[in-house]
Amino acid sequence: MGNSVPMRDGYGKALLELCGKNDKVMVLDADVAKSTRTVWIRDKYPEKFMDMGVSEQDMVGTAAGLALSGMIPFVSTYCVFLAGRAWDQIRTTVCYNDLNVKLAGAHAGISVGPDGATHQSLEDVALTRVLPRMTVIVPCDAEETRKATLAVAERPGPCFIRFGREAVPVITDESTPFEIGRARLCREGKDAAILANGAMVHEAMEAAELLAGEGVSVRVLDVHTVKPLDEDAVIAAARETGCVVTAEEHQINGGLGGAVAEVLARHCPAPMEMVAVNDSFGESGQPQELMDKYGLNRHAIAEKVKAVLLRRQGE
Amino acid sequence: MNINELKRMSQTVRSDIVTMVHRAGSGHPGGSLSAADIMAALYFGGVINVDPSNPDWEDRDRFILSKGHAAPVVYSVLARKGFFPVEELWTLRRLGSGLQGHPHRQSTPGLDCSSGSLGQGLSIANGLAVGFRRQGRTCRVYCLLGDGELQEGQVWEAVMTAAQQKLDNVCAIVDYNRVQLDGALSEIKDLGDLCAKWHDFGWNVIEVDGHDIEALLRAFEMAGAFRGRPTVLVANTVKGKGVSFMENDCSWHGNAPSAEQLEEALAEIRRGGNA
Repeated sequence: MGNSVPMRDGYGKALLELCGKNDKVMVLDADVAKSTRTVWIRDKYPEKFMDMGVSEQDMVGTAAGLALSGMIPFVSTYCVFLAGRAWDQIRTTVCYNDLNVKLAGAHAGISVGPDGATHQSLEDVALTRVLPRMTVIVPCDAEETRKATLAVAERPGPCFIRFGREAVPVITDESTPFEIGRARLCREGKDAAILANGAMVHEAMEAAELLAGEGVSVRVLDVHTVKPLDEDAVIAAARETGCVVTAEEHQINGGLGGAVAEVLARHCPAPMEMVAVNDSFGESGQPQELMDKYGLNRHAIAEKVKAVLLRRQGE
Repeated sequence: MNINELKRMSQTVRSDIVTMVHRAGSGHPGGSLSAADIMAALYFGGVINVDPSNPDWEDRDRFILSKGHAAPVVYSVLARKGFFPVEELWTLRRLGSGLQGHPHRQSTPGLDCSSGSLGQGLSIANGLAVGFRRQGRTCRVYCLLGDGELQEGQVWEAVMTAAQQKLDNVCAIVDYNRVQLDGALSEIKDLGDLCAKWHDFGWNVIEVDGHDIEALLRAFEMAGAFRGRPTVLVANTVKGKGVSFMENDCSWHGNAPSAEQLEEALAEIRRGGNA
């Protein structure tokens, strides 16, 4: 633990493991194999790799056909060109057919940095989690990305994993449990709960540490699976701590915050705040500059925890 | 089936199509009628290798309807082939029916893929073909495309993929009826020299009269024997073929005949078969 590694390395490592043991696995990419780390497959298992060129829609359709033939295709490209550009192919061809296609959206979030808003996928969780039959996973580090990739290979049906470009702290290890649909308790606490995913899990842990110094006890959950959401863990967090803050590298509308709010509104209404990009596009800049400017860091999370605590006390 | 039997099957399929769409009160007769002879040749001329008693047989050939709105022609041939009772055809588009308005794989025995959003079928066919090749299986994949559908960019992505991967187990068929929903292709977005386009993209191209069953059977046989590249049959057809008041008229792309129109259509289809 402790060192920083890009999550896509975890994706590439898992694909190498899968290709070494599963004849059904195929890996597809759309001309960004170096970025997504599928180049590791191209080099070691060329017969299991297809570079589809700059053709994301065709790539998803081809993967659907591969799945119909009994293969397990992993579709890899920048997140924005997968969940966005190929959404109709994902909806009508993959999900409506209920096909065993695995979708991996790399370079997700604003931390893509200098490439700017066109390449910063901030809508993909909203786009994918509305689709019937879809599983949506946002892992927190390279090791969890590796585990998530191995897990979706075993899970029948359409699955989507999104992960970022930048090296981020590795906060789990081989022994850390990972189960699709089961939120992971990172830190126990009684005053409030932070429900985070992706790179924001580490920031949530740091925020909890800052708040502990001020006498506030905060539970932190890694809600890596947005769909199917671990409703029991979400409801328990709200019921047992009384208020909730979500944190994600995504638009404020439609992502993890929305998913949590939908569950709490129905089962356990509680004061809630959301840390996310506030309904805007990003821009060019260094990753950390952007995370700070758009309020995606430990300080922003700590502020929202204080705000939600005030609201709860006012009730 | 011999040629005369195949021609009679085309008549039956055409009668099914207009009857189904009439009873449903909506649907797409024009582009179903234009593909009736192609589908009769494919399913009853010994071309596609399927087993109605074992619809999920792993080594069957696959058929992908990329122009999903032509579902009625596919439902008709599947029923007549014995995948499900013919009476089910009259439930088309009704609540609870196994025959959805556009194909739904899990609802209909013999159907290999759901479709309805245009431009996606050839990519799926390619993926199947790559999978079969990797698995060492010899099954072939047929994909029926509309001509209006060729205005979708994804089709040409898939055309390039099939050529790049040398998928000679893929056979595409273009139902080239030259009419789309809003009017003539030539007035909306013309396809130019369609055979040259596919040829330039690296395909083996066979131009064929899409209403000449013998010519279609020869074309399918040539496609099956061709190695090293995918084959496309550019099938020249007439939208609404066999029902003169529907022919070449875009208003019959997605419109149901009235009871009177149905009688007229059925009578003409019967006469057409005797001519």
